[in-house]
Amino acid sequence: MRVTQGCFSFLPDLTDEQISRQVQYCLGNGWAVNIEFTDDPHPRNNFWEMWGLPMFDLRDAAGVLMELTECRKVYGDRYIRLSAFDSSHGWESVRLSFIVNRPREEPGFRLDRHEVEGRKVRYTTTPYAVDRPEGQRYGGS
Amino acid sequence: MSAPTATQSVSEPPPTRKVDLRREFNEVGVGEVLDQLDRELIGLRPVKTRIREIASLLLIERIRKRMNLTSDVPTLHMSFTGNPGTGKTTVALRIASILHKLGFVRRGQVVSVTRDELVGQYIGHTAPKTKEILKKAMGGVLFIDEAYYLHRPDNERDYGQEAIEILLQVMESQREDLVVILAGYGDRMDKFFASNPGFRSRIAHHIDFPDYSQDELLAIADLMLQDINYKFSPDAREAFVRYIGLRKTQPLFSNARSIRNALDRMRLRQASRLVADLDRVLTDDDVMSLEASDVLASRVFTKAIGE
Repeated sequence: MRVTQGCFSFLPDLTDEQISRQVQYCLGNGWAVNIEFTDDPHPRNNFWEMWGLPMFDLRDAAGVLMELTECRKVYGDRYIRLSAFDSSHGWESVRLSFIVNRPREEPGFRLDRHEVEGRKVRYTTTPYAVDRPEGQRYGGS
Repeated sequence: MSAPTATQSVSEPPPTRKVDLRREFNEVGVGEVLDQLDRELIGLRPVKTRIREIASLLLIERIRKRMNLTSDVPTLHMSFTGNPGTGKTTVALRIASILHKLGFVRRGQVVSVTRDELVGQYIGHTAPKTKEILKKAMGGVLFIDEAYYLHRPDNERDYGQEAIEILLQVMESQREDLVVILAGYGDRMDKFFASNPGFRSRIAHHIDFPDYSQDELLAIADLMLQDINYKFSPDAREAFVRYIGLRKTQPLFSNARSIRNALDRMRLRQASRLVADLDRVLTDDDVMSLEASDVLASRVFTKAIGE
């Protein structure tokens, strides 16, 4: 199951050229671009790990793409996303984020039905991938 | 995307096209930048010639690109060597705008750094630090002043070597994203290149900045004063010619920088001379002109007499 989240989630995966154009748009707006990665694709997982520090004061997308290439070398088997942080007063939050890398195979999610008192049912989704320990979830080392 | 055009140019030679070189030249607007360079930078003949050559090459390269005559991106990394105050930094700033106008760097910003900003304090600190600077400079020019400090031959474990390796790698692999300009004093740069042959071969343009002649220094002084709305009185100008002659022979002379410092001190003397007489009514001319006494009070003259 193809995991989608953030911007452009209904589009096919962006090419590097397209990523570069999007990053340039972010930089043009004065946003700092960050690279984050995870192997826990649950939609409620807010805590992706950062690759390096947020990249402030960049002028050109080539710098971000350089880091992204590095990140893909190490964590190419995980989800990687870019997020753009707007530090201007009143915003001070992420303005845009999109996935730039995904594992080759995405096993999808299991739906658990938890029957509670009465006829109520509570639902939980669990990615099949997280059955395995961190770092080994997508056939990585 | 480039594949079909490449095969096309192999199978059938493209029809002869005509390019109006003058129009191209004007369109890019590089003429203005070069003229400005001639106007605002005094002397530096070899430097200007080289910059003109580079600009012509880039202009032709631009036209060739449009004709689908593919060739490699020319290597634009440069090294500026010369004595202190010969205008290396100033020229680096100009180069960035020339390259930007010709479309060889995308943004045209100059990131000016020295060893401190590239080399870290402890193990594992250098690589991220250097990379951060490189990322900031992407799409523009990275100007490394006093580049020879990166290499410390007396300390094998110096982190400078790590920064050099990262720099070399990026200079090679991302030639179209970044232009690196190294600058430093001639003899020390030679030593630096001798111990890092990789650098020497990756830099296409080695430009040597000559010292200024006495006349050029005077012209520089005039230009500097004009910029800050001052001027020499005729006597002061004469005295200043003598000042330059004397100062040039003294140690620690750093060309235009010494001139700038000398002018700053003369402004101080002029100010205190004017303030000394509070009852006087000042005219524009009084406030603007430096007098001979302001020049002659310099230590340079007393030293010369004392010796």
